Amino acid sequence: MDYFLKLFLSGTAKGSIYALIALGYTMVYGIVQLINFAHGEVYMIGGFTALIVGGFLFSLGVSTPVVLLVSILAAVLYSAAFGFTIERVAYRPLRNKTRLSALISAIGISLILQNFILLAQTEKYLSFPSYLPELKFLLPVREYINSTQFIILVTTAIVMVALTFLIKFTRIGKAMRATAQDKQMALLVGVNINQVISVTFIIGSALAAIGGILICSYMGQINYYIGFVAGIKAFVAAVLGGIGSIPGAVLGSFILGWTESLGTGYISSDYEDAFAFIILILILILKPDGILGKNQKQKV
Amino acid sequence: MALMELKNVSTYYGNIQALKGISLSVEEGEIVTLIGANGAGKTTTLMSICGITPIRSGQVILDGVDISSISPHKIVSMGLSQVPEGRRIFPQLTVLENLDMGAFLRDNKSLIKADLEEVFELFPRLAERRNQAGGTLSGGEQQMLAISRALMARPRILLLDEPSLGLAPIIVHNIFQIIKRINEERKTTIFLVEQNANMALKIANKGYVLQNGAIKMADSSEHLLVNEEVRKAYLGL
Repeated sequence: MDYFLKLFLSGTAKGSIYALIALGYTMVYGIVQLINFAHGEVYMIGGFTALIVGGFLFSLGVSTPVVLLVSILAAVLYSAAFGFTIERVAYRPLRNKTRLSALISAIGISLILQNFILLAQTEKYLSFPSYLPELKFLLPVREYINSTQFIILVTTAIVMVALTFLIKFTRIGKAMRATAQDKQMALLVGVNINQVISVTFIIGSALAAIGGILICSYMGQINYYIGFVAGIKAFVAAVLGGIGSIPGAVLGSFILGWTESLGTGYISSDYEDAFAFIILILILILKPDGILGKNQKQKV
Repeated sequence: MALMELKNVSTYYGNIQALKGISLSVEEGEIVTLIGANGAGKTTTLMSICGITPIRSGQVILDGVDISSISPHKIVSMGLSQVPEGRRIFPQLTVLENLDMGAFLRDNKSLIKADLEEVFELFPRLAERRNQAGGTLSGGEQQMLAISRALMARPRILLLDEPSLGLAPIIVHNIFQIIKRINEERKTTIFLVEQNANMALKIANKGYVLQNGAIKMADSSEHLLVNEEVRKAYLGL
């Protein structure tokens, strides 16, 4: 039971990270029906930004909490700028073309960004300092959950609540939902849908950057390629929950995190990455719309 | 000066010309109807006015301003709202949220609230269902919601695309009465596109007949209602 609990908690932490990335996929898909394959790269760039900014500040002798705050802020802003720019440059000009062209454009952007970081930084794994503080009150239960995992859980919970509030109650949130349901009608009530789409990319990218920092602190290393694997897994999580559905993305992410964690714990760690794809195949066969996929009743 | 005027408007889908130089005008306070058969270009006319399908030549003038190159969401803020064909309710938003979206560009909360009460008075049915998802309403209720949503923008001119489509005769009658009431009580100018020529001409001051993307006739409603050609082709008499 102890072992199970441990695996369950680490799976939950992992699932939280996937959720932060999967939200970006699902929000963008919900609004422009595009799988943004460059999303994983935005997450990786978030991690690198935090590493560079944080390293620089550490070398100046700035105190840890300040370093943490500033590097998170820098990563969020820089990634959001990337997300915004990618949409403007690579997707908007193709919006009224066939969906395949935007998809190919997304894959292209993903490769460009990976190689940009490969050239600008290094192909090696870099060690990522743990920016996150050691929480004293967790000492008695540290066998089950460590500080980093705890911070991941809390951060994700806060982000989810904030996002839910934004989408449910704010003006931009309502505009996002309306745009996702009927773009033309949204235009006809006066919504500037280009702006809404940009905001969606910005929010998704900011969440991915937060995920990037958290996972790098957790793993203690970073590499230009991490966005690819994490991106694919978060994509699986989004499809699992039902692409386009926000609660679905969160649910799918947790299921994926638990499966991976329990699978490695009870079966074999060699297959860690395989579990995600086994789930993907099963979902595509059994319930192609995903767990919370759209099948809402609609009268014509 | 007319509140809304189309001057020689042509719209294309690719190489196919859907509107062949349409001209018409709507005076402030009037109900003007555009009737025509399926595929005549009625919906295209409305979408061209709203900027959704941009026109290739000609001018759309709203209150003296040429709006033909202004983006659709800005046209709404100039006092023009559309109730599109098929109602286009946001299915997963509640009735209240749908109405809220109608007032998207307005920020005076107390005026919005007053308008909401007014709309609920016009359609008590919507008040009962305010927290229900738009997609679960019946066809008639959705039409009421679509009209109310457009009214929430406080338009000076309201464009309606086939409000009678797919509704039971009794509900159609109801909806047309309300359209007339909106025109009389709120002084909202109305441009009504309809296949149901009889109903439309009965409440309108003036009518245009659209055929194959061109205006074939323009006259007062009384004249059109007794016009031999119109009676044969559109009134089934």
